Amino acid sequence: MNTRSMKGWLYLIPAIAFLGVFVVYPLFDVVVYSFEEGYNSASQTFFGTGTYNFSYVLRDTYFIQALKNTFILVIITVPLSTGLALLISVGLSSIKKLQELYQTIFFLPYVTNTLAVGLVFMILFQKTAYTDGFVNQIIHLFGGSSVDFIDGPYWAKMTVMCIYTVWVVMPFKVLILTSALASVNPDYYKAAKVDGTSSWRIFYKITLPMISPMIFYLIITGFIGAFKAYGDVVAIFGTNLNAAGMNTIVGYVYDMLYGDGGGYPSYASAAALVLFAIVLTITVINLLIQRRSVQTS
Amino acid sequence: MKIVLEHITKRYPNRNKKIGGLVTAVEDFDLTIPDGKLVALLGPSGCGKSTTLNMICGLEDPTEGKIWFGDTDVTRLSPEVRGVGMVFQSYALYPHMTVLQNIMFPLENLKGADKLSRDEMVRRAEHAASLVQISELLERKPSQVSGGQQQRVAIARALVKTPKVLLLDEPLSNLDARLRLTTREEIRRIQRETGITTVFVTHDQEEAMSISDEIVVMENGVIRQVGKPQRVYDEPDNLFVSKFLGTPPINVFEGHVERGQLYIGTERVLDVFQAPDGPVTVGVRPEGFVVDADGPFTCGLVAVERMGRDTSVVATHDALEAVQMRAIVSSDARVDTSASNVRFRLRPEKTRLFDAQTGQRIHFVGETMEEPAEVMAREARAAAGAPKPEAGATA
Ligand SMILES: Nc1ncnc2c1ncn2[C@@H]1O[C@H](COP(=O)(O)OP(=O)(O)O)[C@@H](O)[C@H]1O
Ligand SMILES: [Mg+2]
Repeated sequence: MNTRSMKGWLYLIPAIAFLGVFVVYPLFDVVVYSFEEGYNSASQTFFGTGTYNFSYVLRDTYFIQALKNTFILVIITVPLSTGLALLISVGLSSIKKLQELYQTIFFLPYVTNTLAVGLVFMILFQKTAYTDGFVNQIIHLFGGSSVDFIDGPYWAKMTVMCIYTVWVVMPFKVLILTSALASVNPDYYKAAKVDGTSSWRIFYKITLPMISPMIFYLIITGFIGAFKAYGDVVAIFGTNLNAAGMNTIVGYVYDMLYGDGGGYPSYASAAALVLFAIVLTITVINLLIQRRSVQTS
Repeated sequence: MKIVLEHITKRYPNRNKKIGGLVTAVEDFDLTIPDGKLVALLGPSGCGKSTTLNMICGLEDPTEGKIWFGDTDVTRLSPEVRGVGMVFQSYALYPHMTVLQNIMFPLENLKGADKLSRDEMVRRAEHAASLVQISELLERKPSQVSGGQQQRVAIARALVKTPKVLLLDEPLSNLDARLRLTTREEIRRIQRETGITTVFVTHDQEEAMSISDEIVVMENGVIRQVGKPQRVYDEPDNLFVSKFLGTPPINVFEGHVERGQLYIGTERVLDVFQAPDGPVTVGVRPEGFVVDADGPFTCGLVAVERMGRDTSVVATHDALEAVQMRAIVSSDARVDTSASNVRFRLRPEKTRLFDAQTGQRIHFVGETMEEPAEVMAREARAAAGAPKPEAGATA
């Protein structure tokens, strides 16, 4: 090894040590835990090794519910937020006046605390003995009957959850897409204009392919982010998510560790590994699709 | 298609919002581009060449003035109605489409009665590709072909709709020096073959001089001179044009005229009959110096460089505007390289006088390679005290 690369490794030592202690080792530990059956966290002993933890988790109705919730959240919010962000970004880039002001406004949710946003959402949607809440008043205005979005039927709660998630992830996506749109060489648009291309065709044939790497990036990170949803759910529905029927996979993992029925690191680890497997699969599929369809110049 | 620009002016809102107001990119631009010719818009960066081209194209509306294509007023028409093809400096080839798809793209936009069948589109695209000699590249992506080939693809795409006017904005500036030479000949060939009226933007005077039928020299949004390249080089209307054309550039001195004699420093260097007395700016082309031990013009010798068939003498002079001057002399000229001075004689047909204030050309007798008969006639007129034909020649 020459002195140059020695130096390189030397500089990397702090980062490697940090990652090793806080990322690699816990990861390794999770795998070990997940195969230890009947682990007792007080005595730190276990009966034997095997796949029982996985079969328990996969048969647990709470886990099945969490899995279902997470999937619904992912399937609805990822396409919806990405599509909406694209729409908003295209709109923003075509505005000439006050463009920066609008961009700032759209970015505000990004710097706002999740719990504060959740609280606001709860107030907007909640129905109490004293008030119907803002959203219900609007529903009344259009002649509908009020719904309890926070403690009511499942689909109502899921609606709030989806709207909330879309709203929270929007600013980041808008930011990424507006800068992607701004980085497209204007000569492409001029050339298309000289050839009399309609604006829809310009968007579909030129803009979209040009920014497709960024769209794919957003879809992949969107999937990963939505699968890891937890804090947002707590912000709206409180910590007893199993009772609310709104738990997510990460929520289930957390409950298994620290919740009322907690103290089961083995079950938690098994559930975490299931989540890991799902995210890995979806990311690999995404990357395969991307490699086939995205062209970079 | 003859193109006429009638008093075109273009003002943009200032890009720097703090300063605000309007920026005049092109001012009172009056130009006729003859049918079937290749015309170059030439000038330094920021002088308004692209703006002018974009107005001819229809990408920008002129603030004032009119644009005619033949007998049609196209000032307010959009580009696709005008029937123009444009090649951009960056080529603007769509990276996600193949070369064939790129060339076909303009055809796919055609609607209604003009709509073409797929086969017809491919046929026309292939024809355009063969014109620029890239037929074997059609299935490649732009990133898989060389810069010169990308350039040709861009030209094929501009030509596929058989436009009446071809516009090229700095089409060679992304190519390396060697490729630039061959590609500009290629553009010339395509232009000749198609006979399409072509406007070519460049800041490179050599490029403009070598391939255009006519050059338009611009400065700060204003036309400084229009004409055949050699003519503009030989007979610049003003100091700016004379300095902008030619490599190595013209050598500029401060001088003055006294009773038909040109003085640089204290030396009387040339007869300039009929030039008015007073301070002048003198431009001497590098090929305007003749090494002559008895010559009237003494310069400090710096170096003698022999490069290929040229011998250049690098010298200095107190009245020189630049630090050094460069004379290109015949290879059998005898220069004593150990001497500290070198003496020259000036060729009148390579020496140009300009007003020291305005930079406008000042004419003198003998500045052109005229027929002897013409010179005799003029001298006879001068001797007889007849009205003098040269501008400002009343000394
Ligand atoms: N869209 C625009 N907005 C404001 N100013 C512009 C715009 N386009 C060009 N200009 C200004 O107009 C002048 C001429 O520009 P341009 O035509 O691009 O010059 P060239 O092509 O000769 O380099 C420059 O000073 C430039 O800054
Ligand atoms: Mg330009």
